[in-house]
Amino acid sequence: MTALLEIRNLNVYFATPDSDVHAVKDVSLTIGESECLGVVGESGSGKSQLFLGAMGLLASNGRASGSVLYRGQEILGAPAASLNRLRGAKITMIFQDPLTSLTPHMTVGAQIMEALNSHRALPRDEARARVREMLEYVRIPDAARRMTQYPHELSGGMRQRVMIAMATITGPDLLIADEPTTALDVTVQAQILEILRALKSDKKTAIALISHDMGVIAGNADQVQVMRSGRIVEQGPVDNIFYAPQQDYTKMLLAAMPRAADPGPDTSPRQELLLDVRDLKVSFPVSQGIFAKAKELRAVDGVSFTLRAGETLGVVGESGCGKSTLARAVLQLLPADKGKVLWLGRDLTEESREDIRRQRRGFQIVFQDPLASLDPRMPVGVSIAEPLKALEPGLSRADIAARVRAMMQKVGLEPEWINRYPHELSGGQNQRVGIARAMIIAPRMVVCDEAVSALDVSIQAQIVDLLKGLQAETGLAMIFISHDLAVVRRLSHRVMVLYLGRVVEMANSDALYRDPRHPYTRALLAAAPTPDPRHERTRPRALLTGDLPSPLDRRAQLSFLKSKRIDDAEADQYRPLLIEEAPGHFVAEHDPVI
Amino acid sequence: MKTDVMDAAVALKGRSLWKDAWTRLLRNRAALASMIILGLIAALALFAPLVSAYAYDEINYEIVSCAPNWWPISAPCLAGGTHWFGTDAVGRDLFVRVLYGARVSLAVGFVATLVSLVIGVAYGATAGYLGGRVDALMMRLVDILYSLPFIFFVIILMVLFDRNFFLLFVAIGAVVWLTMARIVRGQTLSIKQKEFVEAARAGGVSSFGIITRHIMPNVVGPVVVYVTLTVPDVILIESFLSFLGLGIQEPLTSWGVLIADGANTMESAPWLLIFPALFMAVTLFCFNFIGDGLRDALDPRDR
Repeated sequence: MTALLEIRNLNVYFATPDSDVHAVKDVSLTIGESECLGVVGESGSGKSQLFLGAMGLLASNGRASGSVLYRGQEILGAPAASLNRLRGAKITMIFQDPLTSLTPHMTVGAQIMEALNSHRALPRDEARARVREMLEYVRIPDAARRMTQYPHELSGGMRQRVMIAMATITGPDLLIADEPTTALDVTVQAQILEILRALKSDKKTAIALISHDMGVIAGNADQVQVMRSGRIVEQGPVDNIFYAPQQDYTKMLLAAMPRAADPGPDTSPRQELLLDVRDLKVSFPVSQGIFAKAKELRAVDGVSFTLRAGETLGVVGESGCGKSTLARAVLQLLPADKGKVLWLGRDLTEESREDIRRQRRGFQIVFQDPLASLDPRMPVGVSIAEPLKALEPGLSRADIAARVRAMMQKVGLEPEWINRYPHELSGGQNQRVGIARAMIIAPRMVVCDEAVSALDVSIQAQIVDLLKGLQAETGLAMIFISHDLAVVRRLSHRVMVLYLGRVVEMANSDALYRDPRHPYTRALLAAAPTPDPRHERTRPRALLTGDLPSPLDRRAQLSFLKSKRIDDAEADQYRPLLIEEAPGHFVAEHDPVI
Repeated sequence: MKTDVMDAAVALKGRSLWKDAWTRLLRNRAALASMIILGLIAALALFAPLVSAYAYDEINYEIVSCAPNWWPISAPCLAGGTHWFGTDAVGRDLFVRVLYGARVSLAVGFVATLVSLVIGVAYGATAGYLGGRVDALMMRLVDILYSLPFIFFVIILMVLFDRNFFLLFVAIGAVVWLTMARIVRGQTLSIKQKEFVEAARAGGVSSFGIITRHIMPNVVGPVVVYVTLTVPDVILIESFLSFLGLGIQEPLTSWGVLIADGANTMESAPWLLIFPALFMAVTLFCFNFIGDGLRDALDPRDR
């Protein structure tokens, strides 16, 4: 029996002005019929280039050598015409960002049809029926209507489903999925992984699943390859890799995975109350065309919480739940509509801009995207020094330089790097710069807005440790925002779960993870993939179906209180109440969980 | 090894974008050569009377439309003295006229561009940063000014305030800054949305600090390129106005005027076209190279 795809000694080089970059080094692997091969590695490990190289899709300065056999037939360096017949029909690919992979000016139906027609000529009606069938297969509700929509009208999860439909409509033998869920929320990720699993079992499609996330791999892969700097460091059946890893690197990757079962920090320290947020509301006008009245999007809809010195509050929710808006409103970077933000007893919402600016030495923020949050034209040393210059005028140049250097050392950066520009540092190093900038004026509270989400798992763990260390040392209070409950676990004393701008559950983190009460919290916990293949294979994962409802829909907040929605004519105005079910454990009203 | 030590010593001193940009600009050979050539032309223009034995308005009917002494094709008709670039239709020395023309053209180019740069950047950055209604109002004003016919505008100015050199700058500058303002506003709008601006705000930096330290350096790239396109543009506009009789008047001259005259006598006396055109072309090339060099130098990502 020949393997479906066999890659032998593949090398990929990129010509750069300096020298050739050897991106993939002598990689060999095989994928059998209807088998799922997981390829794990951190960014820059060459895992994407491996498959792009094998498919002849390298950038123009790239070059691949070695041998790639599809059913025993050499395809590396084959003429474009015969490759095109293979690509898109027998071997198809989906990528991380479904929006850039779809053409913006064509309806999704037309695009899928195009993919189908270029490989198989079918009568129009039949083709249309096939497309609809496929969209239904990837669980797109209301498929007939969706076919006539444009990519921007669909959500991220929906687009990725369209991509999968497009990639599988020709009935390929092999689907190469390159980080297919990285840009998606956990609950949506769980649904997409479910579809991939179904493809494998119903349609006998082999899948090459490329991901940096061990959890994603664990549930789906049969075989696993671990890649590091262009080389395969370890390979084998999924259980062996996860339960008996041989290489230190694999062990390190596994250890770095955040787990919801990790122990959290000790119980909340009873210290001075720093922040008291009361019934905060932030909304944005959303225009509905030129003449229609602008609708109000309630991004944060009545959130209250407190934060004490030395304490970490985890804020969890999916994209669109208002967690970033909440952070910005608390830090007075966005105006709040209603509610109070009491910082050390003073209501920030009523102070003048200049007063707030001076207060900023008390609270700082670390952003999600380290590269975007640093000025590309400013050496990092200057960026770090900026809050110091702005908020502690009168410091001499030498003092500033000394403090910048000390801070850089503290966050694990070489002080010699003050003159580097952000693009000269890696993502993790840039995030350390962001942390150094936030910490340099010794604030009492730092808000970390998805501060580790854009980083590789192993770097994530380092940054989390760094934050923990800083907290232990300085008694810093933190608001740690993430879409991933597992990441929050290791840092947070208390956790607050947001759903469409409202708190659905808030509790000490032990209580919340041990005994989640609200169905949404449970769904989030269930959706988070764990690096435990046996567990992943058996447990139900997608507790929620479909996408997050639109925050413009006033009734959407009653998703977990449907009884109210049906019975009450005034449901539009109703907000589920937060009830203290156990001491310190607040849960929003919801229908009983079946 | 030695350079490593040097680098470390330099590095510890701390760099700024501008210092970096300057070293990078000097490393760009095309830009450096262009700066030197432009400097030479400017110096020649400034010291024109010292270089030439003739005055720019010295008419000599005995040597009308004479080729340069060294001109290979037609025999030189020059009796006394050397005219390196030949003479024009009334016997004036072309060399000194080209240099006097350089004074006018470069001055107009620089001053009008500077005017457009100052007004355009300040106006555009303000509109873009403040946004909302202020932005809409300010940009509608720009639209209105855009819609005024340029020549009509210049003629009105000339009629109202008599013709003078200074007014030429004002007229051209007043028109060119509009595009600059639009470019800067667009850039500012997009940069304002960037996370690093929010980060600066969270770090307690004031609005003024954000505009000067974050927004300005980041709009500089497109602005610089546009400036280097503006200088030649302005020189051309000036020649066009002069051609219509609205700009520089005899006996004063500019490159534009010289080229227009030269074009008329292209067949009988080609040197009258070739020399001014050569100076103009070299100058425009220099500006373009300097512009490219500046843009690259100011972008730290491109090293």
